[in-house]
Amino acid sequence: MMGLEAYVFSNIMTAALLAGAWLLVRVVRRQRLWREAAQQLWGRRKLAIIIVGIYLLIGLLDSVAWKGGVPEDSVGVLPNAPLTLIDRVFLGTLEASYSAPFAAVEFYGAMPLQRPGSHLFGTDILGRDVLYLSLKGARVALLIGGLTSLIAIPLALVFGVGAGYFGGRFDDFVFFLISTLASMPGLLLLIALIMAMGRDTLSVCVALGVTSWVGFCRLSRAETLKLRELDYVSAARALGVSELGIIVRHILPNLAHLIVITFVLMFSGLVLSEVVLSWLGIGVDGSWGQMIDGARNELSREPIIWWNIAAAGSALFGLILAVNIVGDGIRDVLDPRTRKSLS
Amino acid sequence: MGAYVIRRLLYGVGVVLGVLFLLFILFFTVTKPDDIARRALGEKAPAEVIEQWKINHGYDRPLWPWQDWDDNLLFDHYRRMLTFDFGLSDADDSPIIDRIAAGMGPSLALTVPLLFFGLVLAIPLSLLVAFFRETYIDRMGVFLCVLAMSVSMLLYIIGAQFLIGKMLRWYPISGFDPTLLMMPRFLAMPLIVGLLAGVGGDVRFYRTVFLEESERDFVRTARAKGASETQIMTRHILRNALIPILTNVVLAIPFLFTGALLLEAFFGIPGLGSITVDAIAANDFSTLRTMVFIGSLLLIVGQIATDLSYGLVDPRVRFE
Amino acid sequence: MSALLEVRNLRTVFPGESGPLPVVDDISFSLARGEVLALVGESGSGKSMTALSILRLVPKPGQVVSGEVRLAGEDLLRLPVTKMRRIRGARIAMIFQEPMTCLNPVVSVGAQVMEAIRLHDSINKIDARARTRELFVEVGIPDPDARLDAYPHHLSGGLKQRVMIAMALSMRPEVLIADEPTTALDVTVQSQILALLRRLQSDRGTAILLITHDLGIVNELADRVAVMYAGRLVEVAERKALLSEPLHPYTQGLLRSIPSRSRPGEPLPEIPGVVPPPHQWPAGCRFSTRCPIRFEPCAEVFPEQIRPAEGRRVWCHDVERSMRREGPA
Repeated sequence: MMGLEAYVFSNIMTAALLAGAWLLVRVVRRQRLWREAAQQLWGRRKLAIIIVGIYLLIGLLDSVAWKGGVPEDSVGVLPNAPLTLIDRVFLGTLEASYSAPFAAVEFYGAMPLQRPGSHLFGTDILGRDVLYLSLKGARVALLIGGLTSLIAIPLALVFGVGAGYFGGRFDDFVFFLISTLASMPGLLLLIALIMAMGRDTLSVCVALGVTSWVGFCRLSRAETLKLRELDYVSAARALGVSELGIIVRHILPNLAHLIVITFVLMFSGLVLSEVVLSWLGIGVDGSWGQMIDGARNELSREPIIWWNIAAAGSALFGLILAVNIVGDGIRDVLDPRTRKSLS
Repeated sequence: MGAYVIRRLLYGVGVVLGVLFLLFILFFTVTKPDDIARRALGEKAPAEVIEQWKINHGYDRPLWPWQDWDDNLLFDHYRRMLTFDFGLSDADDSPIIDRIAAGMGPSLALTVPLLFFGLVLAIPLSLLVAFFRETYIDRMGVFLCVLAMSVSMLLYIIGAQFLIGKMLRWYPISGFDPTLLMMPRFLAMPLIVGLLAGVGGDVRFYRTVFLEESERDFVRTARAKGASETQIMTRHILRNALIPILTNVVLAIPFLFTGALLLEAFFGIPGLGSITVDAIAANDFSTLRTMVFIGSLLLIVGQIATDLSYGLVDPRVRFE
Repeated sequence: MSALLEVRNLRTVFPGESGPLPVVDDISFSLARGEVLALVGESGSGKSMTALSILRLVPKPGQVVSGEVRLAGEDLLRLPVTKMRRIRGARIAMIFQEPMTCLNPVVSVGAQVMEAIRLHDSINKIDARARTRELFVEVGIPDPDARLDAYPHHLSGGLKQRVMIAMALSMRPEVLIADEPTTALDVTVQSQILALLRRLQSDRGTAILLITHDLGIVNELADRVAVMYAGRLVEVAERKALLSEPLHPYTQGLLRSIPSRSRPGEPLPEIPGVVPPPHQWPAGCRFSTRCPIRFEPCAEVFPEQIRPAEGRRVWCHDVERSMRREGPA
């Protein structure tokens, strides 16, 4: 992008994301409702939150890359390539081919390994450490789930709240658009989009975003329709508050809890969708889905090669389960009904 | 009620036209006919071969109506799709409609039992869990559901094929036999896997519906009348819960189509899902276009059916 | 004469952050046959919970923890649930505040009343339907035959409440608990429903426990009045006595703030402050935070029950102090 190398761009984006997250935390901490909700959530779902945190950390460690510092004789790595922290930890662990977890020799042919006994999850067909691949998959999953949601949700809000609040022709148009998109089976639409736009990572993410925003758009439109009729909105309007002001100050805060819940739930849906896409051959490079797809045939060999798919499958399951549990916890904590009973 | 039906049908027609437009955009403008030709013939094919291929497959005409009102791809696209004249596959030149006709049977043989048994399994389970709300049964049930929902469908399929097909050898791993006798053997595994993968989400959703309904005021009225908990559950809660459950069932229909996509491909069932998967691998755009259209059509019909069936279950809608 | 319904030391708690909160705290009163007792208080005073506790319909996570509720001598709180169900709807019936949401929207109103009948009486559907029709006539529903198959959303609020009354009185209960029966209705409809209740009460001799915050309704219907504040009773008396000579400062404040009693041109008197939430209740008299005549013991020590006259009960240190000086009124 404008002469920037890919890894520099990625570094900047990571920094921006962290800055954004820190700002968000500061804003949220000032509001009693969110502070209490966060405390409650921490109290109830500690383990799941910690697990998600670990995945986030791993993803973060794999997001910042820099050049240099590579020993001269490293196998399989260009001396001037940008490497992340995770890359560097696993430098020099490349083997020739398959090896079982903790094994000292290769799987086929029993040749001695470069690093006997150190591969926790063995190596794949190219000799790469499976643990290394699994860790790198974390970043990809977070990208697919998190980044896509960060794009889809604001898009859905703009259209949904706009349609619900202003009504008229715009609402008719949005409603028709939603109906049309919702009438196409998600996976099929996804496939159609990717086939049309291309199989690169960006296209896949865009396609995932397009197929996911519809549900939340419909929801935010319905909620806005309800909120628009509330008395204090009419009062604000009578006081002369601008339309935009009303939307920002009265409508959006009431949608905030829905946004959070939708974000979390969308995340797991997206990651799971990508797994299916990977199997269809149109997934994102380096994802756990690709690992699983690639490792399928290994199960039918004799003797069975199981560690590849076990590692990727467990990593995937771990993240999705943790996110789902946290998502449920958030939903319980932010549910207006349970909030009422606190007073 | 009559006016409502007509309005709903008309809107459905409008949506169909909208879907076709979107498909046109995707398959004719975002991907250009040149690209499609190249993918079918190979990158290095000479220009004349590409042109000929385009002429054979009908891609050589102008795209938009204002370029040529009598002969343009947009009108052609609409006309042919709406008359079910799907043409030939981009990959192997076989008539698409024949493949669809052949594929409908096996697909239905899988998805209809899947839908039916899914309900038979999920509703009693969720009633049970909702009945024992806030107890260990409930909490354990919900946790199991979340667990089941967190596993990718792919892993279910691979796991099932591995465990049951390879290790225990109870059922064939894949294949299909259309004769009535042999069909169950081949459908058993995809059916079991499909049910397992779906039951978690279904039970959790139905449980929420039942719990919400059980908190309504009229339940308190029924209790004050002296009704027992079972009577309340069957006579009041269930009847009201039918409405959101009905929506969910119909909403699940397209997912049967696509979830069955995986099941069909993995278990070798020659249904509509398999056709779609093959089309992706072969870059067969015309078939893919058609499959998305068919899928959407099914979904739209299903949505209209749900909306209209509300009139049966919810008296508030009936007299609109 | 022993009372028909006797509530003694009823206590219902809800779990709170720092321990259980007694939303119904040591409530005792009695309801005689054919009598109308009004239970008065602001929202949050616990009056609705008291009513629900009598029928053991307290929603989870709340529960009744102690006390007695005796119906003709039998303690309802200790009955097995199956026996309790036979009492609900048959011997004690209840109507609620929001007729809009209290009826099942997908079942016809006739069927819902028939359900109430057939739960307690083994008659066939045809007879039940006939009985329901009679009830509809009795509660003043016009065009009863058509209305039998109508759905709740076809009926106005007033009609829905009449259906609820028909449902409640279908088995000729001895006690009717009416929880704010007219609050959600238009003013004109309110008086119609009240008139209906008064007529039915005098015709059938049903005892009514009337929950309300509206002193106007109290004046129209009640024989005796019990005033609740923050989960506790503060005063119980016969209607005339209470309205003409209230003893407790809270009752006095309530009566003063009735618009019709104030003088035109003067600001409407109000009780300053707000009802404290359960976790902020003072150890002593709960009204002490807003009481104009609060003095030393009020915030620390809860006043004991005093009987200043026959049939009157008050909980107030000031009244106690006056009585000790002057003797009973």
